[in-house]
Amino acid sequence: MSNWLEKIVPSLVRSEKKRTNIPEGLWKKCPKCDSILYRPELEKNLNVCPKCDHHMRLNARRRLELFLDEDGRQELAAEVAPVDRLKFRDSKKYKDRLSAAQKQTGEKDALIAMRGNLQGLPVVAVAFEFNFMGGSMGAVVGERFVRAARVALEERIPLICFAASGGARMQEALISLMQMAKTSAALEKLKQAGIPYISVLTDPVYGGVSASLAMLGDLNVAEPNALIGFAGPRVIEQTVREKLPEGFQRSEFLLEHGQVDMIISRNDLPTRLADILRKLTHQAADVAAQSADQATDQSQSEAVDADKE
Amino acid sequence: MNPNYLDFEQPIAELEAKISELRHVNEDTAGLNLSDELEKLQEKSRTLTESIFKDLSAWQISQIARHPQRPYTLDYVKHIFDDFDEIHGDRHFADDQAIVGGLARLDGRPVMVIGHQKGREVKEKVRRNFGMPRPEGYRKALRMMEMAERFKLPVLTFIDTPGAYPGIDAEERGQSEAIAFNLAKMSQLNTPIISTVIGEGGSGGALAIGVCDELLMLQYGTYSVISPEGCASILWKSAERASDAAKAMGITSGRLHELGLVDQVVSEPLGGAHRNPELMAANLKKHLLETLDRLSTLESDELLERRYQRLMSYGVFED
Repeated sequence: MSNWLEKIVPSLVRSEKKRTNIPEGLWKKCPKCDSILYRPELEKNLNVCPKCDHHMRLNARRRLELFLDEDGRQELAAEVAPVDRLKFRDSKKYKDRLSAAQKQTGEKDALIAMRGNLQGLPVVAVAFEFNFMGGSMGAVVGERFVRAARVALEERIPLICFAASGGARMQEALISLMQMAKTSAALEKLKQAGIPYISVLTDPVYGGVSASLAMLGDLNVAEPNALIGFAGPRVIEQTVREKLPEGFQRSEFLLEHGQVDMIISRNDLPTRLADILRKLTHQAADVAAQSADQATDQSQSEAVDADKE
Repeated sequence: MNPNYLDFEQPIAELEAKISELRHVNEDTAGLNLSDELEKLQEKSRTLTESIFKDLSAWQISQIARHPQRPYTLDYVKHIFDDFDEIHGDRHFADDQAIVGGLARLDGRPVMVIGHQKGREVKEKVRRNFGMPRPEGYRKALRMMEMAERFKLPVLTFIDTPGAYPGIDAEERGQSEAIAFNLAKMSQLNTPIISTVIGEGGSGGALAIGVCDELLMLQYGTYSVISPEGCASILWKSAERASDAAKAMGITSGRLHELGLVDQVVSEPLGGAHRNPELMAANLKKHLLETLDRLSTLESDELLERRYQRLMSYGVFED
């Protein structure tokens, strides 16, 4: 850094943060570029750093609320809740881990499903809550996912999934492994019925979630710089005893190796996906704009319809 | 220590050593007849084995599942099937030898056999990558399954893997996608699928050839979402706690049968499958034939609907 201003500005910002009278959590440091960001502004930008475009994690409910139109959102399968079938206990009881996660996130389990509209297009969207035990997939995640898929199948509307998960939930042991088969089977039904399924991979997606529902999209779309893989980098490093290549398992690496179709920034996701889904479902471009036109000039469009007949 | 015996089997090993010593003495010394004594000792060895094997922990069972002498897929192919024609390669990249498969006959009926394959000697272990497939292995398996569907052959899979290979190349070629794709395709594969866990059922790498109409498991096989060591190092922060993890996860045939995740448990010869592979194979063959006969009576719609409902039924939750 040659410029004296650049040298002192970050330190000024940092020292400001250290002042004690600033409310807790009003500032957040970008983990990538270290910029100190004003939280309300960061949230307005969908948790994407305005300085370096780093995509930070976004909780599931907020993600769906931002993604779907405000009107007509309806949560699906919310009644499905976890049970500790195995009475699993490690250093803590699974039951206690569940209650702690529920308290921390305000959610019953790690997947939220909603029916709603994406820029006027009816869709079903689901999102993983990474803060809930690492977004791990157990029986509830599996069941909510297939119920959401069933709604998409019955109503013949597209399904979109935002994955963020460490993999299968160890505390549900083989039951959680079977969720991989269960969710994949539900997606195969959608595929046979010609219903679009778009998998959006957000940071991070690993293990049993990566090796099932997250890689089965008609389109697999990744957010920039997300970590995506089957095995975790540490496990791989221990196995192959080699240094991992630069950028290994990042979205860009997956794009280069033909594993994802495209990388889309969070801010562009609704518009880009709506556009893609309209093509896949043979709808005219920009239905939202058209319906807005119709609303303002209904008599005219009625006249057009009458002409057609 | 006798390497053919596991830690907890050492008392049996000692007794067996005595027996074989005595047998030599008996054979080498003219005029000496120790056959009564030998018989008594053999009976003792049998009851000792019975008592040790009556009450094995989940961790001990997972050691039997990984026993270096345990029969592997190709051993069962040899003992159960006739006229095996091995099929190689995924037609895109390579022939992954951690998965084997091909056409065979089961009591005269043509079938497709697919299984993980571990190696016996060091060289073969490396060639087979210790039974850990790469994406091309799963794609080869799927190619064989789709061929089976075209020619209306039932698919019999044999599961025995520590897991899908966690390597750089495997990631580059889409390990996740290869597994996921098999799960999806197998759910609608229009031919009966019977899977048997013959050794280790290591997570997604096992399930990728294990979506089926009926799941069999050998008595001392294991099937789990993560290895006991892996689970222990994450949840207990120490791989030393593998035995606790094995117990907590309920990875054994008995427990999984109780949970409704495994349909049939196939009992093993005393001391485990490796003590008598022929007997093991004969018993498994009986189960396979009975199951195949039963599944073959279903119309294909019925079969697929049954499989789908089975998959949808996995999971316990509050509703």
